[in-house]
Amino acid sequence: MTATPVVIRRRSRRWDREQLVTAALFLAPALIVLGVFVLYPIVNAAHLSLTSWDGFAPVKEFIGFDNYVRLAQDPEFWNSILVTVVYAAGVCLLSVASGLAVALLLDAPLRGRGVYRGIYFLPAVTSSVAAAIVWKYMLDPAGFVNSVLAQVGITGPDWLQDRWFALAALTMLTVWKNIGLNAVLYLTALQALPQGIYEAAQLDGASLWQRLRHLTFPLLAPMTFFVVVQALITSFQAFDLVYVLTGGGPRGGTDVLGMFMYRTAFRLGEFGYGTAIAFVTLLLVLGVTLVQWKASGSGKADR
Amino acid sequence: MRQSLSVRLGRHAILLIGSLAVVLPFLWMFTTSLQSRAETYTNTSILPTSWHWENYAHAWEAAPFGQYYISSVIMAVGIVSGHLVLDALSAYAFARLNFPGRNAIFMVLLAALMVPTFVTIIPAYTIVADLGWIDSYAGLIVPRLADVFGIILLRQYFMSIPQEIEDAARIDGCSRIGTFFRIIVPLSMPAFATLAIFSFLFAWNDFLWPLLVTNTDEVRTIQIGLSSFVGRYGTSWNYLMAGTLTATVPSIIVFLFFQRALVRGIATTGLKD
Repeated sequence: MTATPVVIRRRSRRWDREQLVTAALFLAPALIVLGVFVLYPIVNAAHLSLTSWDGFAPVKEFIGFDNYVRLAQDPEFWNSILVTVVYAAGVCLLSVASGLAVALLLDAPLRGRGVYRGIYFLPAVTSSVAAAIVWKYMLDPAGFVNSVLAQVGITGPDWLQDRWFALAALTMLTVWKNIGLNAVLYLTALQALPQGIYEAAQLDGASLWQRLRHLTFPLLAPMTFFVVVQALITSFQAFDLVYVLTGGGPRGGTDVLGMFMYRTAFRLGEFGYGTAIAFVTLLLVLGVTLVQWKASGSGKADR
Repeated sequence: MRQSLSVRLGRHAILLIGSLAVVLPFLWMFTTSLQSRAETYTNTSILPTSWHWENYAHAWEAAPFGQYYISSVIMAVGIVSGHLVLDALSAYAFARLNFPGRNAIFMVLLAALMVPTFVTIIPAYTIVADLGWIDSYAGLIVPRLADVFGIILLRQYFMSIPQEIEDAARIDGCSRIGTFFRIIVPLSMPAFATLAIFSFLFAWNDFLWPLLVTNTDEVRTIQIGLSSFVGRYGTSWNYLMAGTLTATVPSIIVFLFFQRALVRGIATTGLKD
């Protein structure tokens, strides 16, 4: 062990050599991996999206913004946008509602609270493949869901063969999978709320609904924005669940952007066009995040 | 302010109904996996009515689940240890060391976190293909040896450790690298546990990347094997559910044992996926 000076060095003496060497040693492995497989690909993708590359040709022919022009005219792309937007809207709405409901029910002390939390969390740790397989089976025309519906006198649809029922099923599967995560997020926010104002409101005779409406919901606004943005990102990146549950069908009914990109790039071999789809997705996600920044900024001002 | 009995009973009632809805697919998976093939078309009972344990053996014979399991374990061990070592080293540099461009590099990593996987996946795939890593463990593991989420998680934790502890060790003559391994690492076990669980669940359940870089059963992971099993045995639901359950059990076990660390991780970072 080398003896180091007793005086702790501050930034004043430019850079400390030992620190520089240690930093370089410590950073190199992670930065090399992330640089080669994450950062460089981002730059490379920007270039690829301006080519007509098929994944094999030695020359990547530069075609300017042709891929983006083609996207704007591609009915499959607009179908994919429609599907993704409807899906994302449904996932956002139901994620907030279900996460908040479970969190409110679990907020005050209750026997078995940890057990409930564990149960609601179970779908989140299950793989998308396993979850989608079970749902596919349960949604079979003669499957569990329809036989339960039949018992109350409803003739269930052929879920995965109808465009909108399939999308509804996919939405519910996604919400089911994330309910525990959203509940835990809301629970964290709820437990950070000041208790004093609730007692004051109760003394003033505010009803349970009034307290929720005028205290809890506004105070939770920052977390709601976070949950919404997470749900949006999840929807815009969805792939695994769709791949196994419907494969993007029926007739494009669940062809979310992730599925569209996968098919274009890896089934049809259009790497250039596929990257352009990915970039449009990135722009949409960034747009949404910008909205969230502004929204959470105003949310903070409320405190 | 204790809630009245009726309020608490009401909460239990709603939570129980919700729990049932959440757990139903798992029960259904288990029940079906034990049925004979004929029963899978007629039975609607959620509780097992027969106990055909041999379905599991059949499923494991029908597809090389054992091989898939081994591949998944190797990939998960590789990724988890990669995250623990590489993320920790760089997180320490970001948390405690002074070097030019520290904040700029960290901001670039944060920004990269927001880029959807789909943007990077095509170029990353071609890099792996050029390296000749398709159908190899290298292709499954190396590109994911480090991740930004882990760096952020550990950096936050390292920064919460009082600087004085480290200063004391330095005064006693301990080097930078020495303080990291002797002081910081032992104090950060809870954060390492959280990261290990997140990384394991990520690796075990990951789908798109293994789907792209594997073509043969030798290196296919359990999730890919399972999804191709659906294609081949799409109507043998009892075998399919037996296979699905075997693929799901490891993540459920990990979750049951480390629930606290996992939930704490979500609560402190506010991050998921």
